Amino acid sequence: MPFIANTDQQRSEMLREIGLSAEDLFADVPADLKCAPPNLPPGLSEQEVGALLRALSERNHTHLTSFLGGGLYDHYIPAAVGELIGRSEFYTAYTPYQPELSQGTLQAIYEFQSCICRLTNMEVSNASLYDGGTALYEAVTMSLRVTGRNRVIVDDTVSPIYRTILRSYTSNLGIELIETHGTEGVAGRAEIIKHMNDSTAAVVVQTPNFFGCIEDFTDLATIAHDRKALLVVSCYPIALGLIKTPGEMGADIVTGEGQSLGLPLSFGGPYLGFMATRMDYVRKMPGRIAGRTLDRLGRDGFVLTLQAREQHIRREKATSNICTNEGLCALTSLVYMSLLGKKGLQRLARLCADKAWYAQQKLLAIPGVRLHFPRHWYFNEFVLELPTHVDRVIRELLNHNISAGFPLVRYYPKMTNALLVAVTEKRTKEEIDFFAHVLENAL
Amino acid sequence: MKLIFEKSVPGRRGLRLPDTGVPTQAEIRPDLLREKPAELPELSELDVARHFTALSRKNFGVDTGFYPLGSCTMKYNPKINERIAALSGFAELHPLLPQLSTGERLVQGALAVLYEMDQALRELCGMAAFTMQPLAGSHGELTGVMIMAAYHKDRGNEKTTILIPDSAHGTNPASAAIAGFGVKAVPSDANGVMDIDALKEMLDDSVAGLMLTCPNTLGLFNPHIAEICKLVHDVDGLMYYDGANLNAILGRVHPGDLGFDIVHLNLHKTFSTPHGGGGPGSGPVGVCERLREFLPISVVRQNRDGSYYLDYDRPKSIGYIAPFYGNFAIVLRAYAYILMLGREGVLRVSENAVLNANYIREKLKDLYDLPFDRVCKHECVFSASKQAEHGVHAIDIAKALIDRGFHPPTVYFPLIVPEAMMVEPTETESRETLDAFIAAMRDIAELVQSDPESFRECPKTAPVSRLDETRAARQPDVASLG
Repeated sequence: MPFIANTDQQRSEMLREIGLSAEDLFADVPADLKCAPPNLPPGLSEQEVGALLRALSERNHTHLTSFLGGGLYDHYIPAAVGELIGRSEFYTAYTPYQPELSQGTLQAIYEFQSCICRLTNMEVSNASLYDGGTALYEAVTMSLRVTGRNRVIVDDTVSPIYRTILRSYTSNLGIELIETHGTEGVAGRAEIIKHMNDSTAAVVVQTPNFFGCIEDFTDLATIAHDRKALLVVSCYPIALGLIKTPGEMGADIVTGEGQSLGLPLSFGGPYLGFMATRMDYVRKMPGRIAGRTLDRLGRDGFVLTLQAREQHIRREKATSNICTNEGLCALTSLVYMSLLGKKGLQRLARLCADKAWYAQQKLLAIPGVRLHFPRHWYFNEFVLELPTHVDRVIRELLNHNISAGFPLVRYYPKMTNALLVAVTEKRTKEEIDFFAHVLENAL
Repeated sequence: MKLIFEKSVPGRRGLRLPDTGVPTQAEIRPDLLREKPAELPELSELDVARHFTALSRKNFGVDTGFYPLGSCTMKYNPKINERIAALSGFAELHPLLPQLSTGERLVQGALAVLYEMDQALRELCGMAAFTMQPLAGSHGELTGVMIMAAYHKDRGNEKTTILIPDSAHGTNPASAAIAGFGVKAVPSDANGVMDIDALKEMLDDSVAGLMLTCPNTLGLFNPHIAEICKLVHDVDGLMYYDGANLNAILGRVHPGDLGFDIVHLNLHKTFSTPHGGGGPGSGPVGVCERLREFLPISVVRQNRDGSYYLDYDRPKSIGYIAPFYGNFAIVLRAYAYILMLGREGVLRVSENAVLNANYIREKLKDLYDLPFDRVCKHECVFSASKQAEHGVHAIDIAKALIDRGFHPPTVYFPLIVPEAMMVEPTETESRETLDAFIAAMRDIAELVQSDPESFRECPKTAPVSRLDETRAARQPDVASLG
């Protein structure tokens, strides 16, 4: 049997030494509560399980040229990322409760928190959350704790996937969740202002928003702060290499999906939620936080800190039930950000934007194709309005091994002909040209 | 060791990006751009490799040595699982593909993994159906409690309270509270298991359910579990099984047969996926037949022709608790592990986990107080109360173990045992390792008698020793802002 070291002989010796029989080990379980051995197939060898799962993996279509985004992006992952996070001292360790044996993990978390703060222009970050969607939910409940209020206004330019999660979580909690409607592809400011009142805890928006439009929310920060509410901004970290940051806009809580920072798509996870806020609110923030301190000999070291917020201390009064988060994913993003560096992130963001701009020009040259939301500024994703139903076009392009983008009609029923197209640095000019060529023929 | 930012040299770069290859530059209105670039460190690839290799050497993982952290099931993480998760057919698969028209045909391999994992977990737990969506154990708990809430709402029940034993992990009450319930703690009896008379007094129509680990956090199987389930069902409460300790009974007892209605598992405990220094985990939730309709959206189903599809049409569902289908790459690793164990393997897991725990229990109980001295399951809880009389506490013993090359056990948990030291060896450890740990613990017990003062300097071999946590909390330094 693999993964079990003791031989039959050792087991018998151990039992004899402690004066027990094999039956004694489970004698405390009443006989009528024991089950028959499970109806599973016999165990496979490593070679067999490798072959079986490789065969299953080949039934997935990952050879497509992808223009599919929607919050998760096909970015290049440098070789050093996998090699470094694959060191078993990192990935086979537990949560750093014994700081003397976890300085590697703890310093990495501190450096991750620092990178997130520098990226978003905020003052404090936690050690990560599950993903961008649950991070936004945590931001919403945090805003309730900070303000002591219960109305939250979410604009529908925020990812519909995130908004569905917010609705599921808040349905039992007496939170008044109001969804406002974006206008012409950006946050619906008039409607947001209309719903602002003295019980409003937060206004929740996103940049670039789900349609790819870049927005400045400085005005919304002022509007929210005038009513003593918070501004919560969800963002795409690669875009922050170029675009105005939530911190510069006056946001109070910033969250986002960190998948683009070196994590594979992996059919939905594991991903990386991040959260940053102002120092004033740190004690209301969920999740682990690493801090720098001194040891008994005065040496620098790191510990988990401000734990009086957390479930293992506070139990039902904790700020969140979250225990472990996405430690290895946070480390992944830290290695990725360290490899890219200050100039690299800026240049990567520029590459994505330039290629998306080129794709936009190329696709808009096709007769009958136009921008669904003209007059806006985009980062690496934009909405095309096609002359025909989007589903037919997507099917046709799949026949040419192109994943053309996301059909917005799935979440916005009136947008039957709208295609959300994403372009990362991985797409080449030739691929974009071919996409345009096939799309033109498909229409 | 220097922070990575302190190693930065302006102009240095760790990755060469390709040229754009397109003839145009994006136009973005200048006031929408950030003022200054983010001050990320500027390093060569070698600088980065050295930095993280140095950090890794300040860490202790299961591959480094024995990690008997109670309740965390730090078993070996098979290497093949990492290779499988990295296969491009899984790693490069976009989660939105199945949402495209006819897109499900593009992801049949991934849907097969989710479907088959559901089947395997049903078989191992005796539940009617599982969702793979919860992204960690605590997330599974929240999902489970939301299912409880949905069930009671559907029945028109006015339920306000969830009962939790006093020996429970803190995340149980936290999850219940976050889902909108009040929490009451049920005391343990003299045998270390739930006090059934106290439970009877606490049960009334306001009770939505009871959350339990079985065996409990003392490593003890509750012989009255079937009666507890019946009592809770009598007030139309639901029984919630916290799967933190499933490793102890894997293949031998079905939580479903005991009477549990909702189960969450920790794939990073029982099913060998790496703990990652604090995640990512995965916390699938299983339910009995009458709760199936409340499971999160979506559910993987099989067509008559053997192909798979995602069912989104679930009007009574609690909705979406994660954006997609869970931490797929973690589920995949756990699935590979189950395939390798097979039907004999799962029995071997529980047998060896329980044997190893009892071996340690028996070999140390003469020197360390064992508040509940009987055959345990996967873990045993000692108390350092005898040692504390000499001024040496559980935390001191933990630090002394570090100097002897071991990761300490969980200390000061469960809360109902003073000076608790909770030891969970897992099935993957050999007798030689257990003997070395036992020898170290015996050596420490002797040292408590002869030189209790010496513990103040432990650990001596680690890069740091006894960090000032009060200072960390009072003067928070939680980021280098540059």
